[in-house]
Amino acid sequence: MHKDNQALIFELTKEGRIGYSLPTLDVPEVDLSELLPNELIRTEAAELPEVSELDIMRHYTALSNRNHGVDSGFYPLGSCTMKYNPKINETVARFPGFANIHPLQDEKTVQGALALLFDLQEHLKEITGMDEVTLQPAAGAHGEWTGLMMIRAYHEARGDMKRTKVIVPDSAHGTNPASATVAGFETVTVKSSDQGLVDLEDLKRVVGEDTAALMLTNPNTLGLFEEQILEMAAIIHEVGGKLYYDGANLNAVMSKARPGDMGFDVVHLNLHKTFTGPHGGGGPGSGPVGVKNDLLPYLPKPVLVKNEDVYTFDYDRPESIGRVKPFYGNFGINVRAYTYIRSMGPDGLKAVTEYAVLNANYMMRRLQPHFDLPYDRHCKHEFVLSGRRQKKMGVRTLDMAKRLLDFGYHPPTIYFPLNVEEGMMIEPTETESKETLDAFIDAMIQIAKEVEENPEIVQNAPHTTVISRLDETKAARKPVLRYYEGE
Amino acid sequence: MKHRYLPMTSQDEKEMLETIGIDSIDELFSDIPEKVRFKGEYNIKPAKSESSLTKELAQLAAKNADTNRYASFLGAGVYDHYKPIIVDHVISRSEFYTAYTPYQPEISQGELQAIFEFQTMISELTGMDIANSSMYDGGTALAEAGMLAAGHTKRKKILVSRAVHPESRDVVRTYALGQSIEVIEIPLKDGHTDLDALKEMIDENVATVMIQYPNFFGQVENLKEIEPIVHEAGALLSVSSNPLALGALTSPGQLGADITVGDAQPFGIPEAYGGPHCGYFAVTKKLMRKVPGRLVGETTDEEGRRGFVLTLQAREQHIRRDKATSNICSNQALNALAASVAMTALGKVGTQEIAKQNIVKTHYMKQQLKRAGLEIAFEGAHFNEIVVKTEESVKQLNDRLFEHNMIGGYDLGLSYDEFKGHVLVAVTEQRTKEEIDAFVQEIAAKVKEAGATHA
Repeated sequence: MHKDNQALIFELTKEGRIGYSLPTLDVPEVDLSELLPNELIRTEAAELPEVSELDIMRHYTALSNRNHGVDSGFYPLGSCTMKYNPKINETVARFPGFANIHPLQDEKTVQGALALLFDLQEHLKEITGMDEVTLQPAAGAHGEWTGLMMIRAYHEARGDMKRTKVIVPDSAHGTNPASATVAGFETVTVKSSDQGLVDLEDLKRVVGEDTAALMLTNPNTLGLFEEQILEMAAIIHEVGGKLYYDGANLNAVMSKARPGDMGFDVVHLNLHKTFTGPHGGGGPGSGPVGVKNDLLPYLPKPVLVKNEDVYTFDYDRPESIGRVKPFYGNFGINVRAYTYIRSMGPDGLKAVTEYAVLNANYMMRRLQPHFDLPYDRHCKHEFVLSGRRQKKMGVRTLDMAKRLLDFGYHPPTIYFPLNVEEGMMIEPTETESKETLDAFIDAMIQIAKEVEENPEIVQNAPHTTVISRLDETKAARKPVLRYYEGE
Repeated sequence: MKHRYLPMTSQDEKEMLETIGIDSIDELFSDIPEKVRFKGEYNIKPAKSESSLTKELAQLAAKNADTNRYASFLGAGVYDHYKPIIVDHVISRSEFYTAYTPYQPEISQGELQAIFEFQTMISELTGMDIANSSMYDGGTALAEAGMLAAGHTKRKKILVSRAVHPESRDVVRTYALGQSIEVIEIPLKDGHTDLDALKEMIDENVATVMIQYPNFFGQVENLKEIEPIVHEAGALLSVSSNPLALGALTSPGQLGADITVGDAQPFGIPEAYGGPHCGYFAVTKKLMRKVPGRLVGETTDEEGRRGFVLTLQAREQHIRRDKATSNICSNQALNALAASVAMTALGKVGTQEIAKQNIVKTHYMKQQLKRAGLEIAFEGAHFNEIVVKTEESVKQLNDRLFEHNMIGGYDLGLSYDEFKGHVLVAVTEQRTKEEIDAFVQEIAAKVKEAGATHA
């Protein structure tokens, strides 16, 4: 084993050490053989670590030191809205009255939690311009599938069984087509125009009586606002389809344009993006779905309602698509999002969008001389540069991304959307200062210069991280997905 | 607009507008058509200062009856277990909780290694070859097991035991609807899956049989008897399992499960009104390339150092798009970390001890209830839950318990018509003898009353 390897927790194990403090057994001891059939009593213990509490803390502290978060430094990862995660959110979510309540408790013992959820729904209705919101989906993709299942139920309830297709733009997030498949639809791709927007002519070509829905982000994944959104809505609605809003990019349009007013019938939000539920290293998220009135009957069960001043769950929903998740969604993330919205207020949310968009445009204009900018117009909260100029000099976007690590930055999203060659998708968010943006821009400009003068330093990057580039082919060819002692 | 999360000053704004070459921020929104432009501000509550909002929300939280103040006998899939205090300290390290999915491995080794360790611990407990990096929760993980099985076997029927959590069964049905998969329920016999019925129902169209272990009623299903029935028909055995119980029970892997899923909430994750928890998904090696969600694999860097990367990504939505095996993207990474820390703290010895305490304390509750004249519905082997027939409505019972600072069990009549007047009582290691005795005393009060009337 290499001397610089970071130890696995299993390698720190020593028989006889413990890291727990269980209650003393205060009832009479009984041998398990008296209570369980022999073949169901475990004879081979799970090989879990045997370490002290300090061992645990040192181990995970060492791991955290090998990890970059928003609190470590700038994280302009396009499409992910890596904004600051307010600390009050963490405090509030840990209040015993929120953290230590059971989902099946009598409703009258959790009225505070239900009041919060109901008020969050009311706020999200206003923010999205939709008629009703469910907080049940656990994440964005889960919300997409939930929304599509509702659209499916809507069509089927009308006896309209031929709507088998969901249209997605070629620039869409990968979850869109995947969610369509899981909901039982076939995916049809609509092309983008040379303006970076949905090609209306192509849309007219692909729509028809088999169109169940068009899934769209607006602004789209290039960070551009789909100006012809009303025309698109008309095209879809005319053939009887529904318009689905992927809310991944909502940070760009709060208080500027609401999906409900743009003609969208179903919306999902990513509370872990726009509304600061932390990303947690990949989750948990929360993906509420908003709908217009005609889709109301199909909302997943149960629906939270308010009668007089009492909050209760309504299970009597005969046309509902059913349950999409046990219990009522990722409550802890919903508490965080609610805390954030209440911290910002209406003027705060407006400022969020304005500064997010100002930051993105500022960066785009300062970087424009040094990289190719495929779509030269005002962007919204993010923009996409192309590294094709640098590629001609033998340096790929991947190399530049790795070089950014040496400057202490998390790189932008790369090679996405798929319709930009050597794409770099940059989303600064509103919580970053001008000084931070300037320092990052300077680093990007220096890298562009290095590509011309000293490409090796970029091609061989990173040079300062705890580990250099990893052999991903090896990882995939002979997968090692768990620790085996002795190997 | 000044706000502690927004560093923009008017000077910054002026300079930035100049660089862009515009006069006002509004111009940046000129591409939004007039017809859809939102004017003004949202009609939502005004912003509150940090301290006043904290106070308001603390008061709202205090309206809820939490397990710090009440002794809970409520389980039904979510449990009040020992949460090692160190768990919250680890997951509060913001290098973890403010990071995104580890797509840049050079600066995400901490998260990647933590997930690799999680995968290992889940594999160990379940006795499966491979575990993924987490799912949303136990219910959706079971639904994904159904989809995996249908895809793998090219069969369109799922048999799910009625002893599987009712809400999980509901989720399985919703997912199955999307895939046009038929879901049929296997009836119960004495609080277990009816194996005679299973034998009659299973055929060559069944993709998978879903069993919960221990089941929704706390009973330990005999997987050893179920396994051959399932495999003889060429179906996959999907087991939904409380991983904490596996400290004492023979692992599903050893008993022949093809897919084992469940929720790691019992390991250090707060009940949090039902979420976020932490689904897990484990399989045999032959199903490795069909697993939904992210997988972390070991590899080496250019200098030969061990490192970890997201791997086998060709299964996933961002590569396969409409051909992906699942649409999952965000998972429950931070809670997988929490569960890892709890599993590490409990360790090899503590996971056995905690599981045993649950069984023994539940046994104590069962004995005391019987002694007090109550009827226990099922006499089979149990983990940490039992079903008790009540002399009054479960609601009446729970209201009374609540007055004595106890949260009663789950009213089975809500999900099973045949079990009206039955309560599912959970006893974890957290419940003291004193609390158990107090619970028994309350529930027995009505038995005495009934006895007195009958006499």
